[in-house]
Amino acid sequence: MRKKTLLFLIACIVLLLLFPVFLPRFYVYLLSIILLYGLLATSLNIVLGYGGIFQFHHAVFYGVGAYSTALMLTKTAMPAVLAFIVGPLVAAALGFVLGIICIRLSKLYFGMLQISLGSLVWAIVYRWYSFTGGDDGIHGIPIPDILSSYTGAYYYTFIITAVCIFLIYKIINSPFGSALQGIRDNPVRSEMIGINVKRHQLLALTIAGFFAGVAGSLFVVVDNTVFPDMLFWTLSLEILIMCLLGGWFSFLGPMLGAGVIVALRTFVSTYTVYWALVLGILMMLVIFFLPNGILGYFEERFKKMLIEPEIKE
Amino acid sequence: MLEVAGITKSFDGFKAVNNAHLSVEKGEIVAVIGPNGAGKTTLFNLITGIIKPDSGRVLFNNEDITGLPPYKICRKRISRSFQIVNVFQRLTVFENVQISILSREKKTWNLFAPSKRLVVRETESILESVGLIDKKDRVTAFLSHGDRKVLEIAMALGGNPEFLILDEPTAGMAAEETSRCIDLIKRLSKTMGLTILFCEHDMEIVFGIANRIMVMVRGSTVIQGSCDEVRCNEAVQNAYLGGSDVCLM
Repeated sequence: MRKKTLLFLIACIVLLLLFPVFLPRFYVYLLSIILLYGLLATSLNIVLGYGGIFQFHHAVFYGVGAYSTALMLTKTAMPAVLAFIVGPLVAAALGFVLGIICIRLSKLYFGMLQISLGSLVWAIVYRWYSFTGGDDGIHGIPIPDILSSYTGAYYYTFIITAVCIFLIYKIINSPFGSALQGIRDNPVRSEMIGINVKRHQLLALTIAGFFAGVAGSLFVVVDNTVFPDMLFWTLSLEILIMCLLGGWFSFLGPMLGAGVIVALRTFVSTYTVYWALVLGILMMLVIFFLPNGILGYFEERFKKMLIEPEIKE
Repeated sequence: MLEVAGITKSFDGFKAVNNAHLSVEKGEIVAVIGPNGAGKTTLFNLITGIIKPDSGRVLFNNEDITGLPPYKICRKRISRSFQIVNVFQRLTVFENVQISILSREKKTWNLFAPSKRLVVRETESILESVGLIDKKDRVTAFLSHGDRKVLEIAMALGGNPEFLILDEPTAGMAAEETSRCIDLIKRLSKTMGLTILFCEHDMEIVFGIANRIMVMVRGSTVIQGSCDEVRCNEAVQNAYLGGSDVCLM
């Protein structure tokens, strides 16, 4: 059983590594985007699916991570490596600060306050022409040579995403992850068994901010641009839908959701400008028929297949 | 061990707990009884810090713990179970108890150790002692009500308490489950030396296992004393039996 999963994983990795060899440039680019959106959605799911915190404006951390990286690359002469480290750290710091303010509220109220504070950050980025380039964003960001080719960017994205997903997996399955899931299910009870609920939630928000920032810095590498739409609330909604669509109680659900949505946006939008309509209908179908998301549904089926023979005996 | 003095809490002018007194000595089993709405659960919530009192004090081992947040009170080795089942629905029986132990050992800040392999033996020994070991991999949402009530107690035990508060431990249980649960409570008191405070509506259980009983009516303490004292107290009879001169039980 374990061996099979491992083999499957290795096959996936090999396949993903080989893609640039035979796929045209456009698809390699698309795959990079799917990977980094997958990382972004998975980072949201740390707090959403595992933490039960309604982080409605997650794109802010993605955007801030991307902008910090981009600004360091364009405006300073510091080594590029530093920019890729500082970006996520700034996003984590912002996650911490917004977290401290919002964590006093719970459930939907948390989400509402978070949307408004996040929009404030968006407004600053959007208006501060002299520093962030305002609604033009920043273009032609100088990227280190190894990463500037499309295959280089792809491999970089792939490796960083894989490492981050692995780290997130470790965190979810650590004692901290267990405590976080306990808090999601029942904050009152968690507090009663000695868990400082708010502090654990705050750490989760900071971690989620960090990984969103990593996804942002990956976007800088893949696309060489940043723009204010990256921290607009509509993108947050899209990330949220990725989690729900793929399955927010499955570890790889958000990744799958990201794949589906990015593919939809790319391919359906060549036929119609109303691609969001297709997404909306799909979303409704998922909510009605697969309340645990696509991957959640298959996991359930799989579990049943394992359990049923036992019951028959 | 526990000393509650003149504690009061009102909600929108309604005095849920009004000048209640309670004392529990080490090793005792004390029951709190009273009609519905007497403020028993509110009293427990006040002791465990879930709500803060308007006035009065709670002393535990001569230390003032009034108004501390629940997680700090838990670290003083006071654990409780809830009247309405309050477990982690999406997690397994094993994980429910495990989290409680991890939290006591302050391991919940550990980000990278796989929790699957931590405190396994201790978790299993607790599940063994409460009789849930066969169901350890079940997701709690699919557990029977009685099992979930027992799981409540198991989680409370995960905190390695000296002092255990049980809020209606047998409510809603079938007869057989009830007797098993009572055996468990007796065993906890005898073999582990736990001090237990509980409330319960079933008088047979109360008089069967409690050393002393505190009676609450409309938020106030009527009397705290031995079973016999309580049984023949006039005020208690008034509250329960409308003033007839028959002794309770």
